[in-house]
Amino acid sequence: MSSHQVTAADTSAWGGGASPYATNSKKFGMWLFIISDALTFSVLLFAYTYCRVSNPDWPKPFDFFPSIIFSSVMTFCLLSSSLTMVMAVHSMNNGNRSSAAKWIMGTMAGGAAFVVLHGIEWSRLITHEHVTPGANPWGVPLFGATFFAITGLHMTHVIIGVIYLGIICQAVMRGKFKAEDVEVAGLYWHFVDLVWMFVFPLVYLMSANVNH
Amino acid sequence: MSSHTEQVEHIQHATTGTFSKIWVALLVLTAIEVYLCYIQLATVLMLTLLVGLSVIKAAMIIAYFMHLKFERFSLFLTLFPMLIFCILLMLIFLGDATRIPSMRPPS
Repeated sequence: MSSHQVTAADTSAWGGGASPYATNSKKFGMWLFIISDALTFSVLLFAYTYCRVSNPDWPKPFDFFPSIIFSSVMTFCLLSSSLTMVMAVHSMNNGNRSSAAKWIMGTMAGGAAFVVLHGIEWSRLITHEHVTPGANPWGVPLFGATFFAITGLHMTHVIIGVIYLGIICQAVMRGKFKAEDVEVAGLYWHFVDLVWMFVFPLVYLMSANVNH
Repeated sequence: MSSHTEQVEHIQHATTGTFSKIWVALLVLTAIEVYLCYIQLATVLMLTLLVGLSVIKAAMIIAYFMHLKFERFSLFLTLFPMLIFCILLMLIFLGDATRIPSMRPPS
């Protein structure tokens, strides 16, 4: 997988004094956080899927139009913000700080658009479909509880990510922080995107209401 | 290449063109998922296909966007086998979920 050249230092990578992963500690720390957070989300999504599959009467409140189209646009926002984040890391690696700051701002715009669209989607469910974490018209209270827990936790991650990127962005513009700091922020942002790649099919597409 | 310093070392592996291609591929896979949702297959079949496609998307994001393909293999070995193993352990219970609907007493 790696194409690094074997040197004398590499042969004793586990003997101490060498970096066995050839990465800085910030990046490794973020990876450890991502793996533990991935377990949190996979447990929640597994619990949702278990409930969904074991209940033939599971509610299907997401009409293909507008809900599924709407959440597809949200997916597009998040995927595109991942691309701009990669570009920001790329610019930063090339030492182009102003370009990196612009790409990070683009990423924040994608994340903010996602949060706004998700907020509209939530308010539609709460006011029109009368779904709350404790009750809904279809008599399956678990739906609201699991739906708001999963999407709420994910949205919290997106909001934290936008704030995190804002801090990184102003530091990059002022000439502070190194390329590795932008890369670590990028890792977090891609993870948020990655989680949505599972929330979208498991929560939205599995409970879509399609009338042919 | 060997004269490169620490900061420039990352750049050689992937270009912006690669990232754009990955982005397009992710969008196409998402479109396939939405189409699967539109044609409405049986629950377990649709779940399998959707999760399968999502795992491919996740692998592309991790390998290219999160740069893991270009890290040392030891980093991958430290992080991912544990995660995959834990998720597979949970999936053991999913068989129960598919049986429960057919175990209901007739009403």
